[in-house]
Amino acid sequence: MELLLDSLFNGVAIGSVLLVAALGLAIVFGLMGVINLAHGELMMLGAYTTYVTQLIFKLPILKPFYNSYIIISIFLAFIVSGVVGILLEKTIIRKLYGSPLETLLATWGVSLILQQFVRSVPLAYGTGLVISLLIGLFLPTTFPSKIKESINFKYFKFSSWIFATLTGVLTGSIISSSVSKLSRASARNVDVTAPSWMRGQVEIIGTAFPKTRLMIIVITLISVIAITLFLNQSAWGMRIRAVTQNRQMSDCLGISTEKVDIITFGIGSGLAGVAGVAVSLLGSVGPNVGGNYIVGCFMVVVLGGVGNLLGTVLASFGIGIMTDLIGAGRLLSIWPDMPLPLSNTINFFATTSMARVMIFALIVLFLQFKPTGLFPQKGRMVEN
Amino acid sequence: MSFSKIKFDKKIVLSFWIILIALIIAAPTLLPVFRLNLLGRYLSLSIVALGVDLIWGYTGLLSLGQGIFFALGGYCAAMYLQITSSSEFPNNIPEFFALYGVEKLPFFWEPFRSPVFTFFAIWIIPALVAGLIGFLVFRNRIKGVYFSILTQASLLVFFNFFNGQQKLINGTNGLKTDVTQLFGQMVGSESMQRLFFWVTAVLVIASWFFAKWVVKGRFGNILIGIRDDEPRVRFTGYNPVIFKTIIFSIAGGLAGISGALYTVQSGIVSPQFMTVPFSIEMVIWVAVGGRGTLLGAILGAVFINYAKSLVSEALPASWMFIQGGLFILVVTALPEGVLGWIQGDGPRNLLQRLGLKRRIETYPSLEVNNKEGNDE
Repeated sequence: MELLLDSLFNGVAIGSVLLVAALGLAIVFGLMGVINLAHGELMMLGAYTTYVTQLIFKLPILKPFYNSYIIISIFLAFIVSGVVGILLEKTIIRKLYGSPLETLLATWGVSLILQQFVRSVPLAYGTGLVISLLIGLFLPTTFPSKIKESINFKYFKFSSWIFATLTGVLTGSIISSSVSKLSRASARNVDVTAPSWMRGQVEIIGTAFPKTRLMIIVITLISVIAITLFLNQSAWGMRIRAVTQNRQMSDCLGISTEKVDIITFGIGSGLAGVAGVAVSLLGSVGPNVGGNYIVGCFMVVVLGGVGNLLGTVLASFGIGIMTDLIGAGRLLSIWPDMPLPLSNTINFFATTSMARVMIFALIVLFLQFKPTGLFPQKGRMVEN
Repeated sequence: MSFSKIKFDKKIVLSFWIILIALIIAAPTLLPVFRLNLLGRYLSLSIVALGVDLIWGYTGLLSLGQGIFFALGGYCAAMYLQITSSSEFPNNIPEFFALYGVEKLPFFWEPFRSPVFTFFAIWIIPALVAGLIGFLVFRNRIKGVYFSILTQASLLVFFNFFNGQQKLINGTNGLKTDVTQLFGQMVGSESMQRLFFWVTAVLVIASWFFAKWVVKGRFGNILIGIRDDEPRVRFTGYNPVIFKTIIFSIAGGLAGISGALYTVQSGIVSPQFMTVPFSIEMVIWVAVGGRGTLLGAILGAVFINYAKSLVSEALPASWMFIQGGLFILVVTALPEGVLGWIQGDGPRNLLQRLGLKRRIETYPSLEVNNKEGNDE
């Protein structure tokens, strides 16, 4: 019983990281048919945001609030990755609408640039850049409608970008002068230390669980609930669902698909940022951190099917639990006296990397029976 | 897309070939050893690019896992070389086995004692693996982005497998070939490398002709049909699964040959050949050179790799930026690639835009809007 609980918990913990990372990917894929290969790098940005927030909260002014930095960094990570995602949508992905393979390649290019950006630009100035982007993109939308409709709006827009740039440079140099760790570019991995209330373990029914893992599960739970509520209760959520089901029809009925695309992509990217916070709690953060998780996310999307959150949830927990069962060779400890050839096989696959091999084989096997995932979209179409 | 190719005079074509052959023969004397070796490697990479062009440029299947077949070909060649030069090591097995306390040769190494088997294995094993993966995926009408990410996932699976199995194939260290013997000579020696360069050059030309033959005629037409409108091909009575599987395994076989040639010239095969970035890079060579133009794939592979080595020597950090920019640029601004642009309407449009040539009036729907969003 204890062993089963342990295995279940480990599986859920692995699965919840996958879930929060794959959630954004699945929504965007469902809506736009676009796989974002830069999703892992957006996660990386989220992880680095956590790191930067942590260092800033060590400053004397914010020191008293240090323990709450992880909560704040969740929101910040959402905003940072979301802003980068929106920029990505506005500049590149929109132009490639209708050609998903080209989008795949372009987003890979973006991911390379983001990786190298983190390596060769000091994090302080990176933060400044994100702040300028944030102001430049959102300041014009807050103007009163009188200005928005006037013919001189482009000048207002231009001047707000100048203001944004100045603010960005200013914040960048302030951070760089006050936190010395952020003032130099480095390709080395950095570590996020959890605040004291998150260290240690909790005992539930006689088994000890690390608190960071529980925190990740909580983050995932909140993200899933929030996104479900957003999609099902809010007006924009309804529009997103409508466009997911039938883009042309929604367009005809007066839904601005352009806005829906931006919002969805922003939210999807923001969720990647939240996943980045979770990832930063698990290990050290480096430019390549996204790559470790991204293929797992793809598998979740493939397995879960498009346009159904339940599929994504089940697929990630399924993969998580299977990874733990196979990777740690738990079947052997549950059933110790199984025949020799079987136990040899299980031992052969009982490492993390070999478990991936096994799981991929299982997924391909599964797709032989259900090619469109767990919950396929209903309807009769030649093309899926 | 308009594939209006420029027709050349026969004399020009002939003299072009003579110059090319003369250059290939003279290359070892013209270039220093280091550069010759690089050129040979890049030429061998152009064979895998040809395969990518066949499946992506002609059939519309974007595989992000060609590294699997590339590495399999490399491993086949390296296993043969290791096993034939292992007579002085204990137990007559390659040296690295002793590190892990393995005394008996794993069973799948045995057939690689034979040069004939190896010769066929280099291209047949990758082709079979590609055919199997392809069949399982295509059978379920999995395509588009799904296909791409499944190939990427299988790449990662193979990477993990090869990376983790020290006792079978030396895991992450890979198999070295430059200190092994072939025909009584060291593989890494200068004369052998010169020979490999010539072999590579000949094979590049041969596989170019082979690829041209494949896309010629009805088979090629069906491939293009699958790319442009697969349901219509199916409704016309063809089974796209068979054609896709065949072309995918052809591309796999080409990748295997390419991998073997690359391995003997770079001196090592390791799971690094199966990393995700390398396989995506192969796609960008084709994209830059021009998809759907076989020559473009060859030129793209050679020139981009050459540019990569030059830039990396000068400014190591900037290559990632350049490469990332290249991906974005080629996809948004130059979707047909450089050669496709030249063969298509590119130069004429440029001249027209500069005002040097008069614009030809055409019926709007005739030329415009070739790229339809058929995924809706």
